[in-house]
Amino acid sequence: MTALASAKDTEMVEKTNSASPNRVIDIENLSLTFETNDGPVHALSDIDLKIDEGDFVSFIGPSGCGKTTLLRVIADLEKPTAGSITVNGVSPEEARLNRAYGYVFQSSALYPWRTIAKNVALPLEIMGLSGEEQQERISRNMDLVNLSGFEKKYPWQLSGGMQQRASIARALAVEPDLLLMDEPFGALDEIVRDHLNEQLLQLWAKTNKTVVFVTHSIPEAVFLSTKIVVLCPRPGRIYDVIDSNLPRDRSLDVRETPEFLKIAHRVRDGLRAGHSYED
Amino acid sequence: MTTVAASKRGFDIPALLAWFIVAMVMVGLFMPIFSPDIGVMDVPRLSICLVILAIAGVRYELGFMRNWIGDLILGLVTAIAAWLLISTVSDHAGEAALGFWALMAATWAASWLFVERLAIWKSSSPLAARLINLAIPTLFGFTLLVLWQLIVVGAGVPKVLLPAPSEIWIRLTTSVPILWADFQQTFLKAVLAGYFIGCGSAFVVAILVDRVPFLRRGLLPIGNLVSALPIIGVAPIMVMWFGFDWPSKAAVVIIMTFFPMLVNTVSGLAASDAMQRDLMRTYASSYWQTLFKLRLPMAMPFIFNALKINSTLALIGAIVAEFFGTPIVGMGFRISTEVGRLNVDMVWAEIAVAALAGSLFYGVVAMLERAVTFWHPSMRT
Ligand SMILES: Nc1ncnc2c1ncn2[C@@H]1O[C@H](COP(=O)(O)OP(=O)(O)O)[C@@H](O)[C@H]1O
Ligand SMILES: [Mg+2]
Repeated sequence: MTALASAKDTEMVEKTNSASPNRVIDIENLSLTFETNDGPVHALSDIDLKIDEGDFVSFIGPSGCGKTTLLRVIADLEKPTAGSITVNGVSPEEARLNRAYGYVFQSSALYPWRTIAKNVALPLEIMGLSGEEQQERISRNMDLVNLSGFEKKYPWQLSGGMQQRASIARALAVEPDLLLMDEPFGALDEIVRDHLNEQLLQLWAKTNKTVVFVTHSIPEAVFLSTKIVVLCPRPGRIYDVIDSNLPRDRSLDVRETPEFLKIAHRVRDGLRAGHSYED
Repeated sequence: MTTVAASKRGFDIPALLAWFIVAMVMVGLFMPIFSPDIGVMDVPRLSICLVILAIAGVRYELGFMRNWIGDLILGLVTAIAAWLLISTVSDHAGEAALGFWALMAATWAASWLFVERLAIWKSSSPLAARLINLAIPTLFGFTLLVLWQLIVVGAGVPKVLLPAPSEIWIRLTTSVPILWADFQQTFLKAVLAGYFIGCGSAFVVAILVDRVPFLRRGLLPIGNLVSALPIIGVAPIMVMWFGFDWPSKAAVVIIMTFFPMLVNTVSGLAASDAMQRDLMRTYASSYWQTLFKLRLPMAMPFIFNALKINSTLALIGAIVAEFFGTPIVGMGFRISTEVGRLNVDMVWAEIAVAALAGSLFYGVVAMLERAVTFWHPSMRT
């Protein structure tokens, strides 16, 4: 797995040996305005952001500040109205057509006529993988999110938390180098959330994936990230970018350390300042 | 248990029914059942049977045999009583008197009471519940037929107005070849061909409309117009275009079924929500992959809605279309000619065949729907 990933890296380095070799996402002066009946909504304004390979980046900010919109621009689900963005050195559309990323939506979006295993198989069928390969990826990823034994159940027979885990397994099954996650654990209880946070971190550390993660929980953002992007609303823009100096290999205990609390403090200050700016 | 149920309803229906049966049997025993002046005692079998019926009815109130054996006996005696009444009245058509109507009321109340008792046994096992769920509508249907028979024969209703079920049955069983030929002509040819072509082409056009948006603006209003055409006006024209035989009827069915299927499929294809479509976009899924893996499954509840509506529309369309010219075979043809000859029992026999065929057709489509859209909230059990 790692061998495969690194082989891909060198390939990419050769392809784009311009300024920074392992830049995954490069956003410059990006703005997005929705034209609505009540006039224009400036969802994103003048965003500059660089994300390198292996980064774990969290977007945090009050609701309506454009976190989801920014993630959707990266995923080519929304088109920016100004500025430029590249994903893996190409346009977001090309990256999407190359299946460069896996996207976890805020709600599970499982298809009710498919069993859990069949839901995980959905992207694999579209990619045209062989039956064996599909089987192998289904069982590995369902195991990873602790859903083994629920293969034959239908989504509406499972709890909300299990549904969300199934949707994460579905995104992981694509085995993308880039994971885009929009508040994936927002609806889960604390215990499950901690568990999944740890597993996500392990997965990330093991595979050198790049993760862009939307959350509105400060501890979650600080615990997971190497880089925290604080956004503020009206118009949606970046208020602060915090590079975390916590070790890559961390356990839940890291939340008690002074470094952790210092970062959390800075994030909270950023959020507060962004808010007061608005009033 | 029973007192709780009784207090919830306000009054105890089984007890009321039981005492009503007793009262009616009393009236029946002491009043003439047929004029002029024939009492129930002249038919000993019937009087014995009705006394047993009354006893079986009130045994809960009197406090013996409060179990399922007693209930079964009640059902059995009710059936025998109904049978005896039917066979007795057949020799006295049109002569029924007060006593007879009282006995009919007693039999009817007894069958109601039996159903009430059955409903109580439902909770004993899932198998029993399923059997009883089947038995209740069947019993209901039979009771209606028995009442129909007794009233029509007892009151001597003229056959032209309403034949008795027994006459319709005799006509049904003696005219099987004619009925089968009509069924073949109207249902197996016109209805099925029209239904499949109408629904199938509407489905294909719906996909086209979906793929080529400009068609939506052009085709949907025209489809709307066509569906508003009165079948009475269209049928003669179809006969002129496609001849007297079944293809003209199939054409009418196609016109009737096309639009409901088109509209439902088009709105079904739009039923998937934005997030589900975005999900497919992130997989770089092609138009056809999204169609087959997301939008068609999502459209199935809408499509089956149209298929069910169309299963009844198709039969109506084919029968009515035959009123406007047909070779000398077909259900609509038979109905219109036999009415003219005052052969009303034949008309009713055709109606019975049409009702049976229509219900079976609908039932098959509904069963398919259950199998395909099992996941839909309205289908989950
Ligand atoms: N499709 C859309 N059309 C119009 N306005 C939108 C649309 N999507 C999002 N917005 C607006 O853009 C702003 C940012 O939304 P969003 O990115 O969902 O915020 P967040 O995810 O941070 O809560 C909000 O004011 C929202 O109302
Ligand atoms: Mg959001």
